[in-house]
Amino acid sequence: MTASSALYDIPGPRALARHRLYAWITSAVLALLVAFVVYKLVDTGQFSAVKWRPFTYEGIQRLLLKGLANTLRAFGWAALASLVFGVVFAAGRLSDHRVLRWASTLVVEFFRAMPLLVMIFFIFIALKLDPLLALIIGLTLYNGSVLAEVFRAGVNAVPRGQREAAYALGMRKTQVMTYVLVPQAARAMLPAIISQLVVALKDTSLGYLITYQEFLYSGKLIATNLDYDLPFIPVVMVIAPVYIGMCMLLSWSANRIARHERRSPRTKGTEVTTQLPDEI
Amino acid sequence: MNVLTQNFSLYGKGLWGTVQLTLLAGALALAVGVLIAGFRVSPVKALRVFGTAWVTVLRNTPLTLLFFAVLLGLPRFGVVLPFMVFAVLALGAYTSAFVCEAVRAGINTVPLGQGEAARSLGMSFTQTLSLVVLPQAARSVIPPIGSTLIALAKNSAIAGSFSVDELLGTYKPLNELGYSIVWTFVWIAVGYLIVTLSLAGVFALLERKLGVAR
Repeated sequence: MTASSALYDIPGPRALARHRLYAWITSAVLALLVAFVVYKLVDTGQFSAVKWRPFTYEGIQRLLLKGLANTLRAFGWAALASLVFGVVFAAGRLSDHRVLRWASTLVVEFFRAMPLLVMIFFIFIALKLDPLLALIIGLTLYNGSVLAEVFRAGVNAVPRGQREAAYALGMRKTQVMTYVLVPQAARAMLPAIISQLVVALKDTSLGYLITYQEFLYSGKLIATNLDYDLPFIPVVMVIAPVYIGMCMLLSWSANRIARHERRSPRTKGTEVTTQLPDEI
Repeated sequence: MNVLTQNFSLYGKGLWGTVQLTLLAGALALAVGVLIAGFRVSPVKALRVFGTAWVTVLRNTPLTLLFFAVLLGLPRFGVVLPFMVFAVLALGAYTSAFVCEAVRAGINTVPLGQGEAARSLGMSFTQTLSLVVLPQAARSVIPPIGSTLIALAKNSAIAGSFSVDELLGTYKPLNELGYSIVWTFVWIAVGYLIVTLSLAGVFALLERKLGVAR
């Protein structure tokens, strides 16, 4: 809070009293809002036993777990493939050969500009691939392209002296890259890479739209069941915390690593960031 | 090629839907995002906590889940609005979290002396923020906001799967009419490129007009 505290003085007794009043008003408004939502929930019968009963059935629990496993499977494959894609195309963009550089730039820029869902739909409908495969390929093309930019920025952010010193020692192009630049860049870029993986994890839920049986899809199957009185809200209340929890865990680890790397002497001079070219 | 010429009105309707979604949700996201950014730097702790919670939750929620909760969940709740409005709310709320972070980062780029000078003139927190700091922050905030809004335009494709008229949704009727799928998608892609590239153009122009080299 060092920078933003320049926006206001250290409050004196009267300002403190005023701030306390504002705090009370905020809390009261929020409490009223929560109370209204809870009232609405109760009023529309969202806590009725019939809507929550399905979650006690073993079959339903297994369905949800299977959905979660499918989400994680798509995420795992997509993450792995995006990293490979990113490394290959970052190397292409950093290449000394003009043709390779232009081709990689074209691919990376195109897949970053296309909406991910359009690519997934195209692969699923036009190429008629299996939903899981369509989801993984779509996620790989998009996240891999963003990661390629992250890697490239990372290698370029390593202080110039490092590269020059390595060349002065008589190392070859590939040696400079693999022994000197990439190890330093990878440390500095790790938080940004993990942030992008959070984006990939969130985007696995697009699989729902192409009927891939992931977590949200399992939720939909339960929510549209008339026998349980269409428990949309209970399903959201169960699914949302799991999704948000998983993503927060990943984001939190990214921030932790960023803090750690900023203190580490091994990344001295290279900027450590969790910021991405376009992180949504 | 004849996919486009024979179905120009369908494509046009889809493109107009995407533009509408982008503009309305973008306006909502900007308004809410700046407000929440103000909350996050305010001297009142309750507001800061609320702002942090808003950003943390929305940034970590998959947009598809948010659409599911808003478009299919809220009607169960007795809230019945047109799907278009629901889609604008979901997209706007989601994007506001990213706008807020961009604005907050921008506030931190304004030199400390500016806030201090404003305070020494006797300005209150709201005056300091709205008259001195935010106008200067706006300049450095333009590029990140631009890429956030471009991402918003791309994200609006999800709305098509929740029965809102927009560009990606046009593939369905065209598919049923028996047109070539590949060409259908080529023109959809061109439509999105038109929207994103014009947004990028507008923001490049804004940056040239307002941006300053610091």
